[in-house]
Amino acid sequence: MSPVINTSQLTKAYNAFKAVDDLNISVDKGEIFGLLGPNGAGKTTTVSMLCTILKPTSGSATVDGHDIVKESSKVRKSIGIVFQDPSVDDRLTGRENLLMHANLYSVPVSMQRDRIAKVLKLVELEDRADDLLRTYSGGMRRRLEIGRGLIHQPKVLFLDEPTVGLDPQTRDHIWRYIKDLKEANEITVVLTTHYMDEADRLSDRIAIMDHGKIDVLDTPQRLKETLEGDVVDIKSNDNKVLQELLATWLGFVNQRIEKDSLKVTVPNGKTVMPRIVELANQNNLYIESIVLREPNLEDVFLHYTGGSIRDDTTKELHGLSAIHRRAIR
Amino acid sequence: MTELRGIYTLWLREVKRFIRDRVRVIISFVQPLLWLVVFAAGFSARIAIPGIDYQQFLFPGIIGQTLLFTAMFMGISVIWDKEFGFMKEILVAPVSRFSIFMGKMLGDSTAALLQGVIVFVFGFLIGIPFNPLTLLAALPLMLLITVGLVSIGLIIASFIGSLENFGAIQTFINLPLFFLSGALFPTTGDSIPGWMQFASKLDPLAYGVDALRTVILGPAWTPNNPLYVNLAIIAIFDLVMIGIGTWAFSRMKK
Ligand SMILES: Nc1ncnc2c1ncn2[C@@H]1O[C@H](COP(=O)(O)OP(=O)(O)O)[C@@H](O)[C@H]1O
Ligand SMILES: [Mg+2]
Repeated sequence: MSPVINTSQLTKAYNAFKAVDDLNISVDKGEIFGLLGPNGAGKTTTVSMLCTILKPTSGSATVDGHDIVKESSKVRKSIGIVFQDPSVDDRLTGRENLLMHANLYSVPVSMQRDRIAKVLKLVELEDRADDLLRTYSGGMRRRLEIGRGLIHQPKVLFLDEPTVGLDPQTRDHIWRYIKDLKEANEITVVLTTHYMDEADRLSDRIAIMDHGKIDVLDTPQRLKETLEGDVVDIKSNDNKVLQELLATWLGFVNQRIEKDSLKVTVPNGKTVMPRIVELANQNNLYIESIVLREPNLEDVFLHYTGGSIRDDTTKELHGLSAIHRRAIR
Repeated sequence: MTELRGIYTLWLREVKRFIRDRVRVIISFVQPLLWLVVFAAGFSARIAIPGIDYQQFLFPGIIGQTLLFTAMFMGISVIWDKEFGFMKEILVAPVSRFSIFMGKMLGDSTAALLQGVIVFVFGFLIGIPFNPLTLLAALPLMLLITVGLVSIGLIIASFIGSLENFGAIQTFINLPLFFLSGALFPTTGDSIPGWMQFASKLDPLAYGVDALRTVILGPAWTPNNPLYVNLAIIAIFDLVMIGIGTWAFSRMKK
């Protein structure tokens, strides 16, 4: 089976800075492909090139078999996009927004009513369809945008951070639509996100992206398995000292301090836990808690990028400002 | 066919948005009222135009001015769309940039034209002597004038990121075009300085106002140029502006 998306040394540079650096990925038909990375990783830039909004500086890519530069109008017909930032006309009603989209994408007039009704049902906006968008909440607008991206039945749907700034309930809803969508249709989804749980729950495969490059690409399951072993989460009165002790006396190399806890990745957590406690005691350190667990995607992310996605405060700000922007519209 | 549908869709959107903005439609009465009633009353004694009453002379000029101001103002829709992100939805659609420009331009032209018609009816209501049927002849002419002016607004807006800048640049263009167009006073004749006569020849609206007077005032008005010359010049101006507009929209990214 030939891939639906294929990039070859795809690069976007702003002066000397490479926002996307030599990207080589291929996305299979029918999969949900997660592009996971912190703010500024180059996710939106990648999506913008694949959607023909930005021209690559070098390299090439095909979407649904069409070259993104030479056959951009064919690419546009094959794709649907939900942009990172809002992109609806808030002076029109939900239905009018959908109708306009159907017309811009040449959906035959005889099918428009049917498709719009279906989409409205999918995103649960039937009873608000004839209200002006400006009366919608942020979550409702987002749902409408997702529905809009489906009106012309695209082969590939791009979702750029679809749940940033939304409340947990709405996120959950949106996740369900995306899952359902994949099951019901032969659609390929490219999802960008900086939320671990989102990538983990939705993606068939995840590419971890940072500084314009893909660090690793695999299924969520296998990514977690590659971090052979267990993670021990320790809270003590001095994590820094404990970290040094563990390195010196027990030879632990894979350690990180994150917020108020020390995370240690080891092959056999059960057997090392008593020794950690013992070592702490001998050195007059007090251990508040010690927990053994399996690696999660966050550990994988930290392992490959060497930085915490949570440490990036700008991202939360970004989420907040997105809510704010939605709220004032 | 796809392209035509794209143009129609974008046209319809602009018109809907315009009509829903009731405040703007109502406020649009105020300016022409001031010009045609207050300004005309004060100036009619100062400016003598042989064979025509000053208010009569002013009326086609104020229609031209309404078209100019509304047309230029409509460029704001591009800035709104960029600001609110809707432009991305349009730009990524499988519709050519030429069609996107045409759809927006025709939609905004329709809005400006509606404003012009409002002033036309208004002039009739306050008793300016002219044959109301000339509206039928004036309509296509008004559209022709509007197309080029709306294009200027859209082109400027496509280059500009913020509302404030757009407002400033707009004023910078509106007033010279208005004053040099001959809308308020004749810009030809011995009493007019040579530089102004020359500058007026560079003003696209001057040809529009002259043509509007020819159509609305009939034989009472002695035109600067024959009607067909005015029409040809405006048409060429429109085509050039559409060309530049398509180019300007092609380089737009968000
Ligand atoms: N027009 C631009 N000019 C210069 N730098 C840009 C431009 N657009 C994006 N960048 C930079 O490229 C990097 C990647 O941005 P982006 O693709 O938006 O990241 P993400 O979507 O992963 O958060 C960022 O460092 C950003 O500042
Ligand atoms: Mg982004």
